[in-house]
Amino acid sequence: MTSAEHGHGGEMPRRDFLMVATGTVAVVGAAAAVWPLVDSMNPASDTLALASTEVDLAPIAEGQSITVQWRGKPVFVRYRTADEIKQARDIDATTLPDPKRDEERAQNPKWLVLVGVCTHLGCIPLGQRSAEPRGDFGGWFCPCHGSHYDTSGRIRKGPAPENLQVPAYTFLNDTKIRIG
Amino acid sequence: MSNMQLKNPILRWIEYRLPIFSFLDDSLGSNYPAPKNLNYWWNFGSLAGIALVLQIVTGIVLAMHYVPHVDYAFDSVERIMREVNYGWFLRYLHANGAALFFLVVYVHVFRGLYYGSYKYPREILWWLGIVIMVLMMATAFMGYVLPWGQMSYWAATVITNLFTALPWVGVNITEWLWGGFTVGNPTLNRFFSLHYVLPFAIVGVVFLHLWALHQHKSNNPLGIDIKGPQDTIPFHPYYTYKDLAGLGVFLLVLAAFVFYSPNYMGHPDNYIPANPLQTPAHIVPEWYFLPFYAILRAIPSKLGGVIAMAASIFVLFLLPWIDTSRVRSTKFRPVYRYFFWFLVIDVIVLGIVGAKPPEGIWILVGRLATLYYFVHFIIIMPFVGWFERPLPVPDSIHKPVLVSAGAAAVEAQR
Repeated sequence: MTSAEHGHGGEMPRRDFLMVATGTVAVVGAAAAVWPLVDSMNPASDTLALASTEVDLAPIAEGQSITVQWRGKPVFVRYRTADEIKQARDIDATTLPDPKRDEERAQNPKWLVLVGVCTHLGCIPLGQRSAEPRGDFGGWFCPCHGSHYDTSGRIRKGPAPENLQVPAYTFLNDTKIRIG
Repeated sequence: MSNMQLKNPILRWIEYRLPIFSFLDDSLGSNYPAPKNLNYWWNFGSLAGIALVLQIVTGIVLAMHYVPHVDYAFDSVERIMREVNYGWFLRYLHANGAALFFLVVYVHVFRGLYYGSYKYPREILWWLGIVIMVLMMATAFMGYVLPWGQMSYWAATVITNLFTALPWVGVNITEWLWGGFTVGNPTLNRFFSLHYVLPFAIVGVVFLHLWALHQHKSNNPLGIDIKGPQDTIPFHPYYTYKDLAGLGVFLLVLAAFVFYSPNYMGHPDNYIPANPLQTPAHIVPEWYFLPFYAILRAIPSKLGGVIAMAASIFVLFLLPWIDTSRVRSTKFRPVYRYFFWFLVIDVIVLGIVGAKPPEGIWILVGRLATLYYFVHFIIIMPFVGWFERPLPVPDSIHKPVLVSAGAAAVEAQR
């Protein structure tokens, strides 16, 4: 073989190198072209823009819960009684399936704010109205596959792997919060 | 290629330029040889093809009236039912047709299991069939979401939430599937798009399925190879007419549902418009998903349940290697014959469990039935194939036919 058939001192013949390089560029190019198709299915800008909801807490009585919508999901806001707060705080949190202390979950012990979506398969747990079952731990009960949540929205029994999610929220003043 | 002698000069003119008539004749006509001993269980393949065409035709017309938007979807379906000429008929055909399509395909799959149609040299034919079944499941699920009733919405929520079980990327994948933070308008739009296009993808895989089928021809109840022309008869007219007879029965059953009990397989909750803030008390999938739903719920772990459900289908891909038996047809397998029917019963039990709330005895029954499903494929099938002594298999397809025909002739002469 003459040196003209080889690359500069390389083992690989020039033609093979060109084939591999062309193929690599084609694969990378095709992958890059697929990305816009895939990404277009992610939440769009206007969907992302609906990111915050304000809630007026003044009309809620002690022991009462309301449901508001945030990003299309139900958010539970409960004005907890002293008894419910005691139940949530008197337990050793390290023994729970998803160990979190109530102090980490409620900025103000009276107000519990939760995303009302069961962490198992996304059903809405019961327990917002006084007539509904609240499960074995006085919080919420998911009828789909039987998950029980306590008065801090923590999973205590059933197939759900995690506690009810606490959304990011801030107190704008004593009677108003902004979720998101 | 067949040596077609076309008398009509126009057909001859076409055939010379585009040999479509000989192609059809070779594919499903008088020049396609089929084993002469196929029984009625072999009707279900062509029946599935016809059911697919029925779904596509009714679906195309329904799509002319349906509006894929969360504010209009439910009302547009009600408009189809009340205002569109024969709209009720088309929708009931489409909904009940889907259920019967699954029934036909499940019979087709169990027929393949019984007669060893997944064994050499039909492995790829079998795999393509499973691919078709999985595509059907995806299509049916997305179609069920379109009417945007309570069951539609919550089925979509529960099933898409299965993906949140995946570690690390689960939530990102689920929000990507939704196009938002919950099941919503973007979800409905893309489900409609995919529900419309996937059936045509199924048609494509059906062509590959038939291509693989024609390479080695149909399996048969004896599970032995075609040895020569004495073992076959032309597909047309013999099996075209046999398939037509089966089609008649299929249409009678379909008509019985459509005209007399069109909502028998549906759920009343799906006539309540979707409400993202209230979950129905008891969520149940359509009957054809119940066994898989039971497997999902049998495992007391979210990720574990999802893996088990996926594995229950994936294991079917491995059958060509799992089955260690030397003979194809269960007809000649004195031990496995019983285990086949145990599997059928097990799948029916799983279906019953899937329809029940996950309480009390049903949890235990569901777990045992799930365990048995996997024990069947992972332990029983390889083990029985290994120790079982199969019954003597006939030398050829036509021999037992001739022998029994001869015996019948002797019988008749008496």
